[in-house]
Amino acid sequence: MRLTRQAAALAAALLAAGPAMAELVFPSLDYRTGPFAASGIPFADGYTDYFTLLNERDGGIGGEMTRVLPCETGYNTEKGVECYEATKGEGALVYQPLSTGITYQLIPKASADGIPIHSMGYGRTSAANGTVFEWVFNYPGNYWDAASIMTQHAKDMSDGSLQGKTIALLHHNSAYGKEPIRTLETLAEREGFDLTLIPVDSPGQEQKSQWLQIRRERPDFVFFWGWGVMNQVAIQEAANIRYPMENFIGVWWSGAEPDVMPAGKGAHGYKSVNFTGVGTDFPIFDDIRTHVVDKGLAAGDGSSVGQVQYNRGLYAAMLAAEAARTAQEIHGTSAINAAQMRDGMEALNLTEDRMAELGMPSFGPAVEVSCANHAGPGVALVQQWDAEARTWTPITDFIAADRELIQKLIDEDSAAYAAENGITPRDC
Amino acid sequence: MFYREAGDFKTSYRDDGQTFPIAFDRWRYYFVLLVGFVGIPLVLTEYTANAVMIPFLIWAIVAIGLNILTGYCGQVSLGTGGFMAVGAYAAYKIMTAAPELNILFVVLLSGGVTAAVGMLFGLPSLRIKGFYLAVATLAAQFFLVWLFNRVPWFYNNSASGQITAPERSILGMAVTGPQAGAVPKYLFCLVILFALAWLARNLTRGRLGRSWMAIRDMDIAAEIIGVNPLRAKLSAFAISSFFVGVGGALFFTVYLGAVEVGEAFGINKSFLALFMIIIGGLGSIFGSFAGAAFMVLMPVLLKNLMVDTLSWPTAIAAHFEFMIVGALIVFFLVVEPHGLAALWRTAKEKLRLWPFPH
Repeated sequence: MRLTRQAAALAAALLAAGPAMAELVFPSLDYRTGPFAASGIPFADGYTDYFTLLNERDGGIGGEMTRVLPCETGYNTEKGVECYEATKGEGALVYQPLSTGITYQLIPKASADGIPIHSMGYGRTSAANGTVFEWVFNYPGNYWDAASIMTQHAKDMSDGSLQGKTIALLHHNSAYGKEPIRTLETLAEREGFDLTLIPVDSPGQEQKSQWLQIRRERPDFVFFWGWGVMNQVAIQEAANIRYPMENFIGVWWSGAEPDVMPAGKGAHGYKSVNFTGVGTDFPIFDDIRTHVVDKGLAAGDGSSVGQVQYNRGLYAAMLAAEAARTAQEIHGTSAINAAQMRDGMEALNLTEDRMAELGMPSFGPAVEVSCANHAGPGVALVQQWDAEARTWTPITDFIAADRELIQKLIDEDSAAYAAENGITPRDC
Repeated sequence: MFYREAGDFKTSYRDDGQTFPIAFDRWRYYFVLLVGFVGIPLVLTEYTANAVMIPFLIWAIVAIGLNILTGYCGQVSLGTGGFMAVGAYAAYKIMTAAPELNILFVVLLSGGVTAAVGMLFGLPSLRIKGFYLAVATLAAQFFLVWLFNRVPWFYNNSASGQITAPERSILGMAVTGPQAGAVPKYLFCLVILFALAWLARNLTRGRLGRSWMAIRDMDIAAEIIGVNPLRAKLSAFAISSFFVGVGGALFFTVYLGAVEVGEAFGINKSFLALFMIIIGGLGSIFGSFAGAAFMVLMPVLLKNLMVDTLSWPTAIAAHFEFMIVGALIVFFLVVEPHGLAALWRTAKEKLRLWPFPH
């Protein structure tokens, strides 16, 4: 059954793509409009620029030119579905929707159509279990890793114990923001801290009452799951109530330049976890300047180059390109299809040496994906905003998440999904 | 010339009272049905089904529902999104609690649940009117969304608060879930839309519809001539909510497959439905279709034109789409404040006199 379905999907892709088959198509479901554009634009620019660089400098991947297929979603799930339907027929290799809501939407659809999804550090956390989620990947880390890393950092700051401390989770009231709750609840039990949940309704421009609550309860730490305009508002509000910024820790989607800039000096000391390199001190940026920006081929106006989200888009594109390369090696063909791309993603082994070769030494964690583990290493560092120098500075090394605990939760959640949808887990 | 009653002799009261008294209209109606049921499925692709036709059909159901309440009975409602959410969550709970129940009954039952909830929120309409009622229904919108977010029972305690539609099929063909094909999904929605539109059209021509319109036009006068406002208003709320609930259930099960309440059924959806019936035409079934088509198809058409044909950057296209749709709304409202249905009516009147208008 599955084989015929894949064959049908392949046939459909072949028919639809026609003469344009000699290209590797990477759809980019991005958003340059709406309340989340501030976060979405730099990411989309980085993602596109990396493929432009590959085309200009190396002539594509393994001799095949790449093509980025942009589609504006506005972070809206209905438009995301429309974009998916509109682009899947063009030979799309992998979807990176940059929205947890759209990812949830696409997981069943893409699995049925046989197109892999890479929700890099977002989406459904339990997709880390490759035996259930064959087509979905979320390496190099997931939300539960982030929650665990943030808790560890808070623990380090409190001299090794969180006993009796209070932590508030200020989160986007959607699938995205609700993801870490389960992990934090488990951690609260184990570490002995009190967890308060403070939801903010999308898009999050209005947070007065939430910050009033924080001001009244004075939690020892505020963990923050925001995106787009919600980040800017939260950091401004935190500055307004003079909340100690070093105790205000954002997830990796809540710590970029556009988020902290509007609060000016007030944002000084704000922290977030991060898994990608900061700044432009990597050899690859010379190539980007020569081959992309100077030739006028940059996706944006070039102002976001080196910013947190731009670099993350770059990293996402690099992971996709390396997976495509791996797929080309495995299958001995340069014109890979979506199913082969999936094999490449599952066999991806990105070492430090390889990243140095690509001009991105220590740009992100080394990633090794396997059939059972689609989540990669699960490490992140903590970075802090310096409002004077206007830079993010890493203040820790890569911290490893408590994978033992998380794996248990992942197994539970993915087993529930498998039961609900009648999936028999694969043997790995 | 061809569009007139002349020569089309009615020999019974039944014939005399039919929906389309003009023969040409009847043929056109059969033609549209033929295109909808046979023509479109032949050329339907997954993209046209999932991005264009299915949302159009579902929004048409919702628009008809809201039109019954606002257009026919004159009760302004801003709670459409919330009532759609009731339909969706009812469908989810029924689907997961009774897996063997046919999806058609799931959808209809969800409509029934929504009708009950709608009646409950319609109670204030017995005392308050106009803008004040709009505010009361707005409260329903926010309350319902908050409720479905707050109480984990409604989403079966899933970690993310998302609800996902399991696979269900009719006559052996999946209509929900990822394996569902474009044609079964389309036909499923079309059959429900056809049945509900037919029902709505006939309800509004009958006693009940006339009592709604009497209430809408002047509630005191209506009461004096013997229309019971309680029955008229609550029945309008119930039937309207039934339609909206069926629409919400289809929106979740057939169209999106997975939703979270805040995003899928937010206040924006209430406004969208209201725009549809205002642009389409208040108190008109055709207007509901026209409004839904305008609001669903126009953005997709514009996007395809600007991005695929003209190769504009997606962000610029998205901004232009907002501006053009907005400008078109204003244009249509200025040119014809009674909506596309009134334009259609004028066109028909002109056509009747053509080619000798004097």
